[in-house]
Amino acid sequence: MFEAAWRYILENPLAFARALGVHVSLSVLALLLASLLALPLAVWLNRRGGIAVLVGINLANVGRTLPSLAVLALAMPLMGTGFTPSLFALTLLALPPILLNAYTGLHGVPADVVDAARGMGLREHQILRRIEFPLALPVIFAGLRTAAVQVVSGAVLAAFIGGGGLGDYITAGIAMMSLHLLLVGAIPVTLLSIGADALFGVLQRRVTPKGLAE
Amino acid sequence: MKWLERNWPEVLLALAEHVWISLAALTIAFVLAMAVGLWAARRPRALAAVLAVSGVLYTIPTLALLALLIPVVGLGKTNGIITMVAFSLLILIRNIATGVRDVPAEVIDAARGMGMSPRQLLWRVELPLALPVIVAGLRVAAVTVISVTVVAAYVNAGGLGAIILTGIQTDHTPKIWIGALTACALAVTVDLSLAYAQARLQRRGAG
Repeated sequence: MFEAAWRYILENPLAFARALGVHVSLSVLALLLASLLALPLAVWLNRRGGIAVLVGINLANVGRTLPSLAVLALAMPLMGTGFTPSLFALTLLALPPILLNAYTGLHGVPADVVDAARGMGLREHQILRRIEFPLALPVIFAGLRTAAVQVVSGAVLAAFIGGGGLGDYITAGIAMMSLHLLLVGAIPVTLLSIGADALFGVLQRRVTPKGLAE
Repeated sequence: MKWLERNWPEVLLALAEHVWISLAALTIAFVLAMAVGLWAARRPRALAAVLAVSGVLYTIPTLALLALLIPVVGLGKTNGIITMVAFSLLILIRNIATGVRDVPAEVIDAARGMGMSPRQLLWRVELPLALPVIVAGLRVAAVTVISVTVVAAYVNAGGLGAIILTGIQTDHTPKIWIGALTACALAVTVDLSLAYAQARLQRRGAG
């Protein structure tokens, strides 16, 4: 069974590479777009406080509970099938964990540290770049790690709405009851997901400021 | 909405099925996690190993795990339930073990000093004090299981996912909307109810 799956990849290297490419680009783009939206939003929420935080955090909490396949399915009546609706849905799925962690991280920076920086004459954007972000970075990366695993897993489900990626092999394998075809999809996505988790785990440790490391 | 008027019994049935599969999986996972979590709570190395293994299970994409189980258990509810259990173990074990481990040592000493047996200690001191953390784990696990159940419809486990998938396959928009929104509503309702339970337990613990 495993040899058959391996042989299939060797015999169809282009098709496999394309599916892998689509899967990785869906995941990376979704993570990138979600970060570009969520990180500034977290900074803004932290500055603003009050009702905006209440609304933002509660919305993100609700968003985090929504089943991935339900969100992907809802993209279909709204935007049709293919890469773009899948990317849209995956970006939505990646937003809540990144936003929640970024806000928690920024909000957790002690007020006296920020006060001290202000007292030293640092401007607001300097405080953000040189004090708040470095201190919040480990928590931000924990959120990125959760989102990355979720997006790689979610991208498998994109096969249902024609998004392509490695999920195509799994659905085709199940439809035709062809075990080796199913493995051609299932094993690489599992490795991809575990790899993403490990990569962000390492990054998280790397970005932890020396003073914060245990 | 016309579709819903004609087909609401089908939707209700799928919702009921969704709830019972999720509940069955959650019950099995909870019993397993209790056994493993309580055993590993005071054994740091065993706990690290258990969390590493269940962490890998948690990382495998849902559809991949469902697919990988087909050669072993075939299609159907068993496949779905095994996958759901695999996905909830990490969160449940972690919260049960940390909840019990974080019971202050003085409290345990005091209970022992009062002459409690290990069993009384567990049921009357450790578990009640760990309850808010355990419920917090149950909350995340419940939402995860509901989400996995949607996907498990693809391996014929039934539930709301079946409506969504037929909707996608036949390009039948009302089915997609109703199926997906009902699944979302279920997840949010369960999350909020358990959040409420968690908040009440924490207040009781603090007061």
